[in-house]
Amino acid sequence: MKYAAKRIAMLLLTMVIVSLLAFVAFDLISGDPATAMLGTEATPEKVAALREQLGLDRPLLVRYGEWLLGFFTGNLGVSYSYRQPVWDLIAPKVLVTLCLSGLTFVLIVVVSIPLGLRSARSSGGVLDGARTMVNQLCMAVPPFFTGILLSWLFSTLLKWFVHGKFPSLTEDFGGAVKYLFFAALALAIPRIAMTVRMLRSTVQGEMQKDYVRTAISRGNDRGGVLYRHVLKNALVPVVTFLAQTMAEIVASSIVVEQVFAIPGLGRMLVTSISNRDYPTVQAIVVILAFWVVLAGTVADLINQRIDPRLRLGGAA
Amino acid sequence: MKKAKLNGYLKAGLILTAILTVLIILGFFWTPYDPEAMMTGPKLQGPTWQHLMGTDKFGRDIFSRVLRGAGSTFTIAASVVAIGAVCGTAVGALTGYFGGMVDETLMRLNDALTAFPSILLALVIISILGPGKKYNVIVALGLVFIPSFARVTRTAFAALRDVNYVKSVRLMGASNGRILLVHILPNTMSVLLPAITIGFNNAVLAEASMSFLGIGVTPPDASLGYMLSEAQGMFVAAPWYALGTGITIVLLVFGVGLIGEGLQRRNGEVA
Amino acid sequence: MKKRLTAFLLLAALLCAALTGCGGGSTEQTPAEKEPSTPDAPVANEITVGIAQDLDDSLDPHKTVKAGTREVMFNVFEGLVKPTPDGDLTPAVAENYTVSEDRLTYTFTLREGVKFHNGDTVTAEDVVYSINRCAAATETGIVQVEAFSVIQNIAAADERTVTITIAEPSNEFLSYLTVAVLPSDYDKQDTAPIGTGPFKFVSRAAQDSMVLEKFDEYWGTPANLDKVTLKIIENADSLMMSLQSGAIDLCSHLTSTQVAQLGDDFNVAEGTMNLVQAMYLNNAEKPFDDVRVRQALCYAVDKQAIIDIAFDGYGSPIGSSMYPAFGKYFDDSLTNYYTKDVDKAKALLADAGYPNGFEMTITVPSNYKPHMDTAEVLVQQLAEIGVKATIQPIEWESWVSDVYVGRQFQSTVVGVDASTMTARALLERFTSTYGKNFINYNSADYDALFQQVLSSSDDAEQTSLYKQMEQNLTENAANVYIQDLADLVAVRKGLEGVTFYPIYVLDLATIRYAK
Repeated sequence: MKYAAKRIAMLLLTMVIVSLLAFVAFDLISGDPATAMLGTEATPEKVAALREQLGLDRPLLVRYGEWLLGFFTGNLGVSYSYRQPVWDLIAPKVLVTLCLSGLTFVLIVVVSIPLGLRSARSSGGVLDGARTMVNQLCMAVPPFFTGILLSWLFSTLLKWFVHGKFPSLTEDFGGAVKYLFFAALALAIPRIAMTVRMLRSTVQGEMQKDYVRTAISRGNDRGGVLYRHVLKNALVPVVTFLAQTMAEIVASSIVVEQVFAIPGLGRMLVTSISNRDYPTVQAIVVILAFWVVLAGTVADLINQRIDPRLRLGGAA
Repeated sequence: MKKAKLNGYLKAGLILTAILTVLIILGFFWTPYDPEAMMTGPKLQGPTWQHLMGTDKFGRDIFSRVLRGAGSTFTIAASVVAIGAVCGTAVGALTGYFGGMVDETLMRLNDALTAFPSILLALVIISILGPGKKYNVIVALGLVFIPSFARVTRTAFAALRDVNYVKSVRLMGASNGRILLVHILPNTMSVLLPAITIGFNNAVLAEASMSFLGIGVTPPDASLGYMLSEAQGMFVAAPWYALGTGITIVLLVFGVGLIGEGLQRRNGEVA
Repeated sequence: MKKRLTAFLLLAALLCAALTGCGGGSTEQTPAEKEPSTPDAPVANEITVGIAQDLDDSLDPHKTVKAGTREVMFNVFEGLVKPTPDGDLTPAVAENYTVSEDRLTYTFTLREGVKFHNGDTVTAEDVVYSINRCAAATETGIVQVEAFSVIQNIAAADERTVTITIAEPSNEFLSYLTVAVLPSDYDKQDTAPIGTGPFKFVSRAAQDSMVLEKFDEYWGTPANLDKVTLKIIENADSLMMSLQSGAIDLCSHLTSTQVAQLGDDFNVAEGTMNLVQAMYLNNAEKPFDDVRVRQALCYAVDKQAIIDIAFDGYGSPIGSSMYPAFGKYFDDSLTNYYTKDVDKAKALLADAGYPNGFEMTITVPSNYKPHMDTAEVLVQQLAEIGVKATIQPIEWESWVSDVYVGRQFQSTVVGVDASTMTARALLERFTSTYGKNFINYNSADYDALFQQVLSSSDDAEQTSLYKQMEQNLTENAANVYIQDLADLVAVRKGLEGVTFYPIYVLDLATIRYAK
C-alpha cells in the first residue's frame, strides 16, 4: 500500500511537470493568442492592447499559478477562440476519445492475447511462417492507410455506416459505438500485430528457461506449465507494453479521428495548438496526460503485484 | 535444416531491403523523369508503361518522385529511430538497471514527456532550433521518440537485473557497463526490435504530419510522407497515388521488420 | 500463492471486461446490415452543409475575424443595409434612408416590426449601440471599424429613426453600415449569437457542427429550408467520403480534383472566391526593394499556366489588387500588363545586379492547399529565370504573427479578401503608413491618390482614382498578381438556388429543394 501511495504521489508530480512544461512551451513557440484572435485584423498596437487585456504580459509563473489555482477550484478558464468555458467545450470530446481509445484497447487485448499465446506454442512450420509474415505486414501498414481502406470498404462500398455522420454518444450510444468500432479497428491492427509478436517472443523466451525445461522434462503438462509459471513471468513486460500502447493509441487517435471525421480530443488539441488557444490546450494536455500517466501507474502497480522485485526505489 | 528455415525471414528481409536500397540509391542519381518537372504527361493518370505509378495532379511522374522521396524518407525515419532507440535504450538501461534516484528523476521526466503531446513538443523544438533548417525534423522527431523506447527497455533491464546469470556475472567481477552491454542488452531485443519496426513506421507518418508545421521535407522536394498525405485527399479519384506511395512505405517497413524477426530468431537459437 | 491468484484474477478481469466490451461492439453491428441507405430520400426540409474549416472564432459578428466564420454567419446577421448578389446595397433593418444635401447627415428609418431572434423588436437604440460598439471597440476583442472614425454624431431621433452625422462626405460610408445590428441588452453574442437574419443560431459543437434554423418572424423573404446543419470536416479525404456517403448535401470551395471525384449525385456550381491571390513581396526586403527585380518576377510568371496546371483551368487571372466581381473598379487592361517573357525578366535581373538570379523563400500558410499548389508551380516558373525559390510551409497562426504582423518574410502566397464591398477595403492597405500594409509598399504617388479619394465626393472621380491606384500597383509590380480563385460548389441533385456574391459569403436562405 505504501508503494501505491508513493506511486500516486509520483503521478501527481508528473502531472504538475506536464502542465508546467505546457505553459513553458507556449512561451517558446512563435505566434501568440492575441495575434491568433485578431487574425488579419492584427496590427502591432492592437496585439499589444489585447495581450494586456488577456493578462498575457504578466510573468510566466504568475500566469501558471493563476491557472493552477483555477484548476483546483474547477475553473479551466475560457477558450480564446471559442470564447466559451473550456470544460463545456471539451466535455463531449473527452467522452468520445475515452470511448475510442477504450474500444481500441479492448480490441487489442481480446485479439492479441489468445493469438499471441497460440503462436507462442507453435514454432516453425509453414503455418507459423505465414502467420509471422502476416504479422509483420500488419505492423508495417500505417493506421490512416488502413483507415482510408476501411472507411472506403465499409462506408462507400458496403454502406455499413455513413461516413461523416457520427451520432451523438449521449443520444445514440449504439450507433456511435458502431461508428467508433471501425476507427478503433484501424488503430488496433498494427498494435495487435505488435502485441502478438512481443507476447510470442516473451513467452518463448521464458519457455527456454531452465525451470520450465525441468518442469516439462519431469512430465508436467506443457499447457499447464505455460499457464502456471510462464505466463506469470511473461506478463510483466506485456503489461508495461500495454500501458505504453495506451499512450500511443491516444497519440495516433488524432490521425484516425481525422480520417473518420470523429469529433474527439486529438483533433481539438491540434487545432487549439494552431489557434494558440492556451486555456483549451492546457486542459486537453492535462486530461490526455492524466490518461497516459494513469495507464503507466496502473501497469507499474500490477507489475509490482506480479513481481515484487520490481519495487523500484524500495527496499530492494 | 531447421536453422536454415528460421533464417528465411532474415534472408527475405535482406533481399527486400537490398532491392529497395538499390532503388533508393539509384533514385539519387537517376529517375525516369525529373521528379519536380510538371506536365510530363496527363494529370492524375493511372499507371501506364510511361508512368509506372501514374502521375500526380501536376502531371509529375509518381514513380520518379517515389524513388527520390524514398531516399529522404528513409534517411529521416532511420535517423529518427536511431536517435530514439539509442538514447531511449540508454535512459532505459540507466533507470532500469540502477534504480534509485536516477531512476526516479529520469522516469518522472520521461513520463511527463510521454504524456506530453508530440506536436507541441515538436513546435517547441523548432522554435528553439529556428524554423526552416533542413534537418530540424530529425532532431525534433528523434527527441519525441526517446521516451517510448526508454519505457519499453527500462522494464526489460529492470527484470533482467536480478536474474541469476546476471548475478553470477556480477560476482565474477564484470563491470556494470559490460553487464549492461554484453549480458543484458541482447536479451532486450525481443522488446526492442518490434518497437523499432513500429517506430520506423511512426517516424515516416510523423514526418508527413509535421510538414504542415514547417518542418520536414518542403515541397516541391519529394518525400513519401508528404506525398501520402497529399494522396489521401484523392483516394477515390487517384487510388494509384496513395497505393504507390503507401505500398512503398509498407515494403520499407516490412523489410526492416523481417530482418528484425530473422535476427531475433537466430539469436534465440543461439541462446 | 496469493500473488499468483491476484495475477490470474487480474488477467481474468481484464479478459472479461474485454469480452463484454467486444460483445457490445458486435451486437451494435447487426442492425447496420439491415439498415438500407436512408439518406437518399430526404423527408425533412433540411440539409447538411460541409465546411472544411472549423468555426473556431467568436460568433459575435463584431469580433469575428475568420473569413470562414463570417461566411456562414452572414445568414444570421444583418445591418441597416446588406449586400446583394450584384454588389449593390439594399436596405435591410432600415426600410429607407435619406442623405442630406451636404452629404453629411444620414437619416435611417427602421423597418417596422423587425425582430431579433429572441423575439424583441429592433429599436433605434439597438442600432446606435451596435454602431458605437464597433466605432469605439472598447470591449475586448471587438474589431474596430476604422471608417467609423468619421462619425461625429449618432443618435436615435425616435423609436424608428437613426441619424448619423459624419465629418466629411464619403461615397463609401454607407457600405460600412452592413455592420450587424445587435440587441443592446444582450451579452452572450460570443457563443449564442442573436441577430435579425433569415436563420437563427441554434447550437455549435466545436470541430463538429453548427445548427441553424429558419427564423419564422423574419421581415423579408423567408428562408426556404427549415434547418441547416453545418458539418465541419477538415480532412479532405473524409470530406469526399462524406459527400459520397450522403452525409453532406452541399459543399463549397472544392478543388477541381475533388469535383472530378463527385460522381452523378451532384451538380457543380461555379462562382468566384473573391480573393486577390498573389505572391506578395516584402517591398522593404532585399532584393524586392528594387522595382526591376519585382518586375522581373512578374515577367517570369505565367498566370494562365498556373491556373491550368494547378486548378484545371478554373480561375480568373488578375493584374492588380482588385477582382472582377467588383465590376466598375476592376480594370481588365491591367491583367495582361506583364506577359511571360523570360528574356526580359533576365535582362531586368541583370540590370538590377542579379545576372545569375538569387535564392528566395516563399512562405505559405500550409493549411491552404490552393496557395501551396500555386507556390509549387511558381517555383518551377521562377527557376526558368534563374531564381531558386524554396517553399516554407507554416501554420496559419504563425503566418499571422510572423508575416502579417511581424513582416518577417521575403514573399508569401495568400489570398486577400475584402470585408466590405468597397474598393477601399482592398486598396487602402498599401498606403505607406497603414497598419495592415504587410508588404511595406511605399509609394508617395499611391498615398497621394488615396488622399484624393478620401476628399473626393464624386463617384465617377473616385472610381477613376481607385483605378489609378490599381495601375500604380501594377506598374511598380508591388506584388506578383495571379488570380481570383474559382469557387466550386457541389450541390446534391434536387437542390437548387446557390447564389454567389462579390464578397466571401454563403447565402443559405436561397437554397431550396426543387419542386
